[in-house]
Amino acid sequence: MSYLSIRDLELRLKGGGRLLRRVSLEVARGEVHGLVGESGAGKSMIGKAVLGTLPRSVEIVSGQILLDGTDVLAMHPAARRRLIGATCALIPQDPLTALNPAHRVGPQITDRLVDILRWPRAKAEARARELLAEVQIAEPERVMRSYPHELSGGMRQRILIASAFAAEPKLIVADEPTTALDVTVQKQILKLIKAMQERHGTALLFVTHDLGVVSKICQRLSVLYAGMVVEDTDVRTFFRAPRHPYSRALLAATPKYTDPTHSLTPVPEAVIATVRAEVAEADRRAGA
Amino acid sequence: MLDGRGAIQHRAGPRLWLSALWLGLLVVLALGAPWIAPKDPLAQDLMLGRLPPFWIDGAEPGYWLGTDSLGRDVLSRILWGARLALTVALVAGTLTCLIGATLGLMAGFLRGASDLVISRLVDIWMAFPPVLFSILLVAVLGPGLFSIIAAIVLIDWTRFARVVRAEAMTQGAMDYVASAQVAGRGRIGTMALEILPNVLPTIGVLLTLEMGIAVIVEAILSFVNLSISTDAPTWGGMIAEGRTSVHQAWWVLVFPLLALFLTVLSFSQLGEGLKDRFDPVLR
Repeated sequence: MSYLSIRDLELRLKGGGRLLRRVSLEVARGEVHGLVGESGAGKSMIGKAVLGTLPRSVEIVSGQILLDGTDVLAMHPAARRRLIGATCALIPQDPLTALNPAHRVGPQITDRLVDILRWPRAKAEARARELLAEVQIAEPERVMRSYPHELSGGMRQRILIASAFAAEPKLIVADEPTTALDVTVQKQILKLIKAMQERHGTALLFVTHDLGVVSKICQRLSVLYAGMVVEDTDVRTFFRAPRHPYSRALLAATPKYTDPTHSLTPVPEAVIATVRAEVAEADRRAGA
Repeated sequence: MLDGRGAIQHRAGPRLWLSALWLGLLVVLALGAPWIAPKDPLAQDLMLGRLPPFWIDGAEPGYWLGTDSLGRDVLSRILWGARLALTVALVAGTLTCLIGATLGLMAGFLRGASDLVISRLVDIWMAFPPVLFSILLVAVLGPGLFSIIAAIVLIDWTRFARVVRAEAMTQGAMDYVASAQVAGRGRIGTMALEILPNVLPTIGVLLTLEMGIAVIVEAILSFVNLSISTDAPTWGGMIAEGRTSVHQAWWVLVFPLLALFLTVLSFSQLGEGLKDRFDPVLR
């Protein structure tokens, strides 16, 4: 049975349009599920809805988010926060703003273990050292005593990964974790996330707009357009034989660095028109 | 993998030292005024009126900065006046900061209804001309230390609220706040433990600026005779008196003005200097 299952999730801007159109997806234990789509397709919103960090301007209209069979949307907010805190974690997009500049790195990893999960401080610190070593940070002791501004971006992203795995969560939402990094560091970080995820057996909801990244790390993926899942399949099938025309166009639009004469291919107008028509049809059915 | 970023040192720089030096000196002089001041600041002696400072012919020994038209010692009056100026700066500055920063933090981070109420209140408040408002307030409350402080707090809390609100909003949008929320921190906990430490440098700068402003407001109120009792030594009062006899005895105007100027300047420079040194975001 899948660990996370989202059923017919419908999000709306307060007093505005639909952000997610009956989104459903399943993530099994230890599975990496990619969410791809262009900006504004709603991929980050899914992650935020799962973690309970949606902006105030967004409301959940209907649907279920089941964590290990429990509908978190039906829970009392405080109980839900405790459950999420104990079982889920976030690897954020921008390592430069994801560590609090006012605190040293060590406490930022250990505080939530101590304050929220009630670990003894010594145990939390030992755990933090162990994890920093696991993400290949050479001098864990020194790094834990540093302030974030003293460390490089790649280093900070490693710390955030270590921090995400600290409480042995069952599910991690990675919200474009490599987008803010340069290409060489991206590759290392991606490998690291993959290795950590496999070793800890964590389910991962991986938000990205980079199909190259998806091919390296994910087992399944959902392609989103305008808040609607247009294709939900396993990665092999997707790259060999994408079913939906929008998926095919997205794949064709992936830049090929090996061929400099090959210019960028945009998604054809006709495909956009098709998928827009599908969205309109879905809206019509929802309205009816 | 650790690069040189941790090794960047920020030197304090002359403006931090000079302003701290002046303010430190002023605190010592103000506290020690009963023992340090050469004369009784209230003692009048019409025979010794308008004596010049010590380096000008006609000066009397013991009256270092001369006397005013009633024969009161200018230096002693400045030292006693510093007590009131500093008391107002510290008490009014701190109270304004506590109230304004708390409201600003709530408005900026909690948003929603609290933001709506607080921001509208700030807008309305800022429509009043501050100096007239303070004069009006003290006139209604009656002169006295309490009224001066109340007037400053009531007028200037908006300064903190506005800036802290903006800063809290910026910080609230950062990823570390989302991480804290995912980890299970509540709204108030996030505000106090995650946001506040990052807004503190700004609050510190505002606080020192506010202390300078409080000194000015106190001087303005004493200038128009609305501070504490009429003959008590205040910088504003001395400036008002000195103004009437500036052609005969410039020193009665210039020395308290100089004290006021240096103090306000030092407060603002102290804030900037501390920010350069301690702000983690700028480091």
